Amino acid sequence: MKTEFEITDNILIAKLSGEIDHHEAADIRSDIDGTYAAFKKKHIIMDFSGVSFVDSSGIGVIMGRYKKTAENGGITAICGCSEYLRSILYMAGIFTIVKEAKNKEDAVKLVKRLEAAESGEIFQEEKEAE
Amino acid sequence: MSGIYSERHTLEKTESASETANEPVKKGDTAEVKESVAVNKMRTEFAALAVNEAFARAAAAAFFSRLDPTVEELTEIKTAVSEAVSNAVIHGYQGGSADKTVVMECEYENSGIIKIAVSDCGVGIKDVEEARRPLFTTGDAEERSGMGFTVMESFMDRVAVESEEGKGTRVTLIKSLDISYYGV
Repeated sequence: MKTEFEITDNILIAKLSGEIDHHEAADIRSDIDGTYAAFKKKHIIMDFSGVSFVDSSGIGVIMGRYKKTAENGGITAICGCSEYLRSILYMAGIFTIVKEAKNKEDAVKLVKRLEAAESGEIFQEEKEAE
Repeated sequence: MSGIYSERHTLEKTESASETANEPVKKGDTAEVKESVAVNKMRTEFAALAVNEAFARAAAAAFFSRLDPTVEELTEIKTAVSEAVSNAVIHGYQGGSADKTVVMECEYENSGIIKIAVSDCGVGIKDVEEARRPLFTTGDAEERSGMGFTVMESFMDRVAVESEEGKGTRVTLIKSLDISYYGV
Protein backbone atom coordinates (compact mmCIF):
# COMPACT_ATOMS: atom_id res chain seq x y z
CA MET A 1 0.00 0.00 0.00
CA LYS A 2 1.13 3.50 -0.75
CA THR A 3 1.86 5.83 2.12
CA GLU A 4 0.46 9.31 1.61
CA PHE A 5 2.26 12.35 2.90
CA GLU A 6 1.22 15.79 3.99
CA ILE A 7 3.34 18.61 5.32
CA THR A 8 2.34 21.23 7.88
CA ASP A 9 5.07 23.67 8.93
CA ASN A 10 7.93 21.47 10.09
CA ILE A 11 5.81 18.35 10.56
CA LEU A 12 5.68 15.44 8.16
CA ILE A 13 2.37 13.60 8.34
CA ALA A 14 2.38 10.05 7.00
CA LYS A 15 -0.99 8.50 6.38
CA LEU A 16 -0.50 4.74 6.41
CA SER A 17 -2.97 2.40 4.81
CA GLY A 18 -3.68 -1.28 4.28
CA GLU A 19 -2.02 -4.02 6.29
CA ILE A 20 1.28 -3.53 8.09
CA ASP A 21 3.29 -6.72 8.43
CA HIS A 22 6.98 -7.48 8.21
CA HIS A 23 6.85 -7.36 4.42
CA GLU A 24 4.96 -4.05 4.09
CA ALA A 25 6.91 -2.46 6.93
CA ALA A 26 10.09 -2.37 4.84
CA ASP A 27 8.43 -0.19 2.16
CA ILE A 28 6.73 2.03 4.72
CA ARG A 29 10.03 2.63 6.51
CA SER A 30 11.92 3.62 3.38
CA ASP A 31 9.00 5.79 2.17
CA ILE A 32 8.84 7.71 5.42
CA ASP A 33 12.59 8.02 5.88
CA GLY A 34 13.10 9.15 2.29
CA THR A 35 10.39 11.81 2.51
CA TYR A 36 11.54 12.95 5.95
CA ALA A 37 15.08 13.45 4.68
CA ALA A 38 14.06 15.00 1.35
CA PHE A 39 11.83 17.68 2.88
CA LYS A 40 14.07 18.24 5.91
CA LYS A 41 11.22 18.24 8.38
CA LYS A 42 11.62 17.96 12.12
CA HIS A 43 8.64 16.01 13.43
CA ILE A 44 6.73 12.98 12.21
CA ILE A 45 3.08 12.14 12.72
CA MET A 46 1.94 8.67 11.72
CA ASP A 47 -1.76 8.33 11.06
CA PHE A 48 -3.00 4.75 11.48
CA SER A 49 -6.67 5.44 10.83
CA GLY A 50 -6.54 3.78 7.40
CA VAL A 51 -4.70 0.69 8.61
CA SER A 52 -6.67 -2.55 8.73
CA PHE A 53 -4.08 -4.87 10.22
CA VAL A 54 -0.88 -4.47 12.24
CA ASP A 55 1.42 -7.02 13.78
CA SER A 56 4.56 -6.45 15.85
CA SER A 57 6.41 -5.01 12.85
CA GLY A 58 4.30 -1.88 13.39
CA ILE A 59 6.14 -1.47 16.70
CA GLY A 60 9.44 -1.52 14.81
CA VAL A 61 8.20 1.10 12.35
CA ILE A 62 7.23 3.44 15.19
CA MET A 63 10.41 2.82 17.21
CA GLY A 64 12.62 3.42 14.19
CA ARG A 65 10.87 6.70 13.33
CA TYR A 66 11.09 7.79 16.95
CA LYS A 67 14.88 7.31 16.85
CA LYS A 68 15.12 9.26 13.58
CA THR A 69 13.21 12.26 14.89
CA ALA A 70 14.94 12.12 18.27
CA GLU A 71 18.33 12.46 16.54
CA ASN A 72 16.92 15.58 14.95
CA GLY A 73 15.48 16.96 18.17
CA GLY A 74 12.00 16.27 16.83
CA ILE A 75 8.88 14.58 18.12
CA THR A 76 7.09 11.47 16.85
CA ALA A 77 3.36 11.29 17.35
CA ILE A 78 0.77 8.73 16.28
CA CYS A 79 -2.95 9.02 15.76
CA GLY A 80 -5.94 7.07 14.55
CA CYS A 81 -5.02 3.93 16.53
CA SER A 82 -7.67 1.28 17.00
CA GLU A 83 -8.20 -0.25 20.41
CA TYR A 84 -6.51 -3.35 19.10
CA LEU A 85 -3.42 -1.57 17.78
CA ARG A 86 -3.17 0.27 21.06
CA SER A 87 -3.05 -3.05 22.91
CA ILE A 88 -0.10 -4.22 20.80
CA LEU A 89 1.75 -0.92 21.22
CA TYR A 90 1.06 -0.94 24.92
CA MET A 91 2.80 -4.33 25.26
CA ALA A 92 5.99 -2.82 23.88
CA GLY A 93 5.73 0.35 25.97
CA ILE A 94 5.53 2.55 22.88
CA PHE A 95 3.45 5.17 24.68
CA THR A 96 6.38 6.03 26.94
CA ILE A 97 8.35 7.39 23.97
CA VAL A 98 5.71 8.42 21.44
CA LYS A 99 2.83 10.83 21.87
CA GLU A 100 -0.65 9.79 20.90
CA ALA A 101 -3.56 11.89 19.71
CA LYS A 102 -7.05 10.99 18.60
CA ASN A 103 -6.85 12.29 15.05
CA LYS A 104 -4.52 14.10 12.70
CA GLU A 105 -5.66 17.60 13.67
CA ASP A 106 -5.18 16.90 17.37
CA ALA A 107 -1.79 15.36 16.66
CA VAL A 108 -0.63 18.50 14.84
CA LYS A 109 -1.80 20.67 17.75
CA LEU A 110 -0.09 18.33 20.20
CA VAL A 111 3.23 18.43 18.39
CA LYS A 112 3.11 22.22 18.08
CA ARG A 113 2.26 22.59 21.75
CA LEU A 114 5.09 20.28 22.80
CA GLU A 115 7.52 22.07 20.56
CA ALA A 116 6.49 25.44 21.95
CA ALA A 117 6.77 24.13 25.49
CA GLU A 118 10.26 22.85 24.76
CA SER A 119 11.47 26.17 23.42
CA GLY A 120 9.80 28.03 26.28
CA GLU A 121 7.28 29.83 24.13
CA ILE A 122 3.61 29.95 24.86
CA PHE A 123 1.65 28.10 22.26
CA GLN A 124 -0.76 30.27 20.36
CA GLU A 125 -3.80 28.31 19.34
CA GLU A 126 -3.10 27.49 15.70
CA LYS A 127 -2.08 30.90 14.40
CA GLU A 128 -2.63 29.71 10.86
CA ALA A 129 -4.15 26.34 10.31
CA GLU A 130 -2.58 24.39 7.45
CA MET B 1 2.98 -29.22 28.33
CA SER B 2 0.03 -30.11 30.53
CA GLY B 3 -3.62 -29.21 30.63
CA ILE B 4 -6.54 -30.21 28.53
CA TYR B 5 -4.95 -29.41 25.21
CA SER B 6 -2.09 -31.87 25.30
CA GLU B 7 -4.28 -34.78 26.30
CA ARG B 8 -6.46 -34.48 23.29
CA HIS B 9 -5.83 -35.25 19.71
CA THR B 10 -2.93 -33.13 18.55
CA LEU B 11 -1.58 -32.18 15.18
CA GLU B 12 0.37 -35.01 13.63
CA LYS B 13 3.87 -33.88 14.41
CA THR B 14 3.50 -32.60 17.97
CA GLU B 15 4.54 -36.01 19.20
CA SER B 16 6.38 -34.73 22.23
CA ALA B 17 3.37 -32.93 23.58
CA SER B 18 1.96 -35.62 25.79
CA GLU B 19 2.16 -39.23 26.74
CA THR B 20 -1.53 -39.69 26.05
CA ALA B 21 -1.35 -38.21 22.58
CA ASN B 22 -1.40 -41.58 20.87
CA GLU B 23 -4.46 -42.80 22.69
CA PRO B 24 -7.19 -43.42 20.18
CA VAL B 25 -9.99 -40.89 20.31
CA LYS B 26 -13.25 -42.53 21.20
CA LYS B 27 -15.90 -41.23 18.92
CA GLY B 28 -18.97 -42.83 20.45
CA ASP B 29 -19.38 -41.28 23.87
CA THR B 30 -18.95 -37.61 23.10
CA ALA B 31 -22.24 -36.52 24.60
CA GLU B 32 -21.51 -36.84 28.31
CA VAL B 33 -17.75 -36.64 28.56
CA LYS B 34 -17.69 -33.74 26.08
CA GLU B 35 -14.79 -35.22 24.27
CA SER B 36 -13.01 -32.64 22.18
CA VAL B 37 -12.42 -34.06 18.73
CA ALA B 38 -10.79 -32.49 15.71
CA VAL B 39 -13.51 -31.89 13.17
CA ASN B 40 -11.65 -30.10 10.44
CA LYS B 41 -8.10 -29.74 9.25
CA MET B 42 -6.17 -27.75 6.71
CA ARG B 43 -2.55 -27.85 5.64
CA THR B 44 -0.83 -25.39 3.39
CA GLU B 45 2.76 -25.10 2.27
CA PHE B 46 4.14 -21.93 0.75
CA ALA B 47 7.47 -20.41 -0.25
CA ALA B 48 9.37 -18.84 2.63
CA LEU B 49 8.88 -15.28 1.45
CA ALA B 50 7.78 -12.29 3.47
CA VAL B 51 5.09 -11.57 0.92
CA ASN B 52 3.36 -14.82 1.92
CA GLU B 53 2.71 -13.59 5.46
CA ALA B 54 -0.42 -11.91 4.15
CA PHE B 55 -1.47 -15.13 2.42
CA ALA B 56 -0.92 -17.23 5.55
CA ARG B 57 -3.04 -15.07 7.82
CA ALA B 58 -5.79 -14.68 5.24
CA ALA B 59 -5.86 -18.46 4.70
CA ALA B 60 -6.03 -19.13 8.46
CA ALA B 61 -8.77 -16.52 8.86
CA ALA B 62 -10.78 -18.06 6.01
CA PHE B 63 -10.43 -21.53 7.49
CA PHE B 64 -11.51 -20.54 11.00
CA SER B 65 -14.29 -18.22 9.89
CA ARG B 66 -16.40 -21.39 9.59
CA LEU B 67 -16.57 -21.24 13.41
CA ASP B 68 -18.05 -17.76 13.28
CA PRO B 69 -15.46 -16.16 15.56
CA THR B 70 -15.78 -12.57 16.75
CA VAL B 71 -13.91 -9.85 14.90
CA GLU B 72 -11.46 -9.60 17.83
CA GLU B 73 -10.79 -13.33 17.83
CA LEU B 74 -10.18 -13.31 14.10
CA THR B 75 -7.80 -10.35 14.39
CA GLU B 76 -5.93 -12.10 17.20
CA ILE B 77 -5.58 -15.26 15.12
CA LYS B 78 -4.37 -13.28 12.12
CA THR B 79 -1.82 -11.39 14.19
CA ALA B 80 -0.45 -14.54 15.84
CA VAL B 81 -0.15 -16.31 12.47
CA SER B 82 1.57 -13.28 11.01
CA GLU B 83 4.11 -13.29 13.85
CA ALA B 84 4.79 -17.02 13.57
CA VAL B 85 5.25 -16.89 9.79
CA SER B 86 7.44 -13.76 10.08
CA ASN B 87 9.65 -15.63 12.54
CA ALA B 88 9.96 -18.58 10.17
CA VAL B 89 10.89 -16.32 7.26
CA ILE B 90 13.08 -13.78 9.03
CA HIS B 91 14.78 -16.02 11.53
CA GLY B 92 14.30 -19.60 10.32
CA TYR B 93 15.27 -18.86 6.74
CA GLN B 94 17.37 -15.79 7.52
CA GLY B 95 15.23 -13.33 5.57
CA GLY B 96 13.45 -15.74 3.26
CA SER B 97 14.08 -18.03 0.36
CA ALA B 98 11.93 -18.90 -2.63
CA ASP B 99 13.33 -22.45 -2.62
CA LYS B 100 12.36 -23.21 0.97
CA THR B 101 8.89 -23.61 2.33
CA VAL B 102 6.92 -22.90 5.46
CA VAL B 103 4.12 -25.28 6.42
CA MET B 104 1.01 -24.10 8.21
CA GLU B 105 -1.44 -26.63 9.62
CA CYS B 106 -4.75 -25.55 11.06
CA GLU B 107 -7.40 -27.55 12.80
CA TYR B 108 -10.37 -27.00 15.03
CA GLU B 109 -12.19 -29.21 17.47
CA ASN B 110 -15.88 -29.39 18.15
CA SER B 111 -15.29 -27.72 21.51
CA GLY B 112 -14.05 -24.55 19.80
CA ILE B 113 -10.37 -25.19 20.44
CA ILE B 114 -8.30 -24.15 17.48
CA LYS B 115 -4.72 -25.10 16.72
CA ILE B 116 -2.29 -23.62 14.27
CA ALA B 117 1.16 -25.07 13.72
CA VAL B 118 3.74 -23.16 11.71
CA SER B 119 6.88 -25.11 10.89
CA ASP B 120 10.08 -24.38 9.03
CA CYS B 121 13.23 -26.36 8.32
CA GLY B 122 15.46 -23.38 8.97
CA VAL B 123 18.27 -22.59 11.37
CA GLY B 124 16.27 -23.27 14.52
CA ILE B 125 16.38 -21.45 17.84
CA LYS B 126 19.35 -21.89 20.14
CA ASP B 127 17.65 -20.84 23.33
CA VAL B 128 13.86 -20.90 23.19
CA GLU B 129 13.48 -19.37 26.66
CA GLU B 130 15.56 -16.40 25.63
CA ALA B 131 13.81 -16.05 22.27
CA ARG B 132 10.43 -15.85 23.99
CA ARG B 133 11.51 -12.99 26.21
CA PRO B 134 9.97 -9.61 25.30
CA LEU B 135 12.23 -7.37 23.25
CA PHE B 136 14.67 -10.17 22.45
CA THR B 137 15.66 -10.02 18.80
CA THR B 138 18.42 -11.42 16.66
CA GLY B 139 17.86 -8.68 14.11
CA ASP B 140 18.54 -4.99 13.93
CA ALA B 141 17.29 -3.70 17.28
CA GLU B 142 16.12 -0.44 15.75
CA GLU B 143 13.64 -1.94 13.32
CA ARG B 144 12.85 -5.30 14.96
CA SER B 145 10.76 -4.96 18.02
CA GLY B 146 11.45 -8.42 19.42
CA MET B 147 7.82 -8.65 20.41
CA GLY B 148 6.73 -11.54 18.17
CA PHE B 149 6.41 -14.24 20.82
CA THR B 150 5.00 -11.78 23.34
CA VAL B 151 2.24 -10.86 20.90
CA MET B 152 1.53 -14.54 20.14
CA GLU B 153 1.39 -15.35 23.85
CA SER B 154 -0.98 -12.55 24.67
CA PHE B 155 -3.38 -13.30 21.82
CA MET B 156 -3.41 -17.08 22.08
CA ASP B 157 -4.12 -19.30 25.09
CA ARG B 158 -0.99 -21.35 24.66
CA VAL B 159 2.13 -21.15 22.53
CA ALA B 160 4.38 -24.20 22.25
CA VAL B 161 7.77 -23.96 20.62
CA GLU B 162 9.79 -26.96 19.52
CA SER B 163 13.09 -26.18 17.93
CA GLU B 164 16.39 -27.78 17.14
CA GLU B 165 19.39 -25.87 15.89
CA GLY B 166 20.05 -26.53 12.24
CA LYS B 167 16.85 -28.57 11.87
CA GLY B 168 14.02 -26.13 12.18
CA THR B 169 11.28 -24.77 14.36
CA ARG B 170 7.68 -25.60 14.97
CA VAL B 171 5.41 -23.13 16.72
CA THR B 172 2.01 -24.39 17.83
CA LEU B 173 -0.65 -21.84 18.70
CA ILE B 174 -3.71 -22.93 20.63
CA LYS B 175 -6.76 -20.88 21.40
CA SER B 176 -10.18 -21.64 22.72
CA LEU B 177 -12.87 -19.74 20.87
CA ASP B 178 -15.95 -18.64 22.65
CA ILE B 179 -18.42 -20.57 20.54
CA SER B 180 -21.11 -23.15 20.86
CA TYR B 181 -20.12 -24.84 17.65
CA TYR B 182 -20.84 -28.54 17.63
CA GLY B 183 -20.83 -31.07 14.84
CA VAL B 184 -20.40 -31.10 11.06
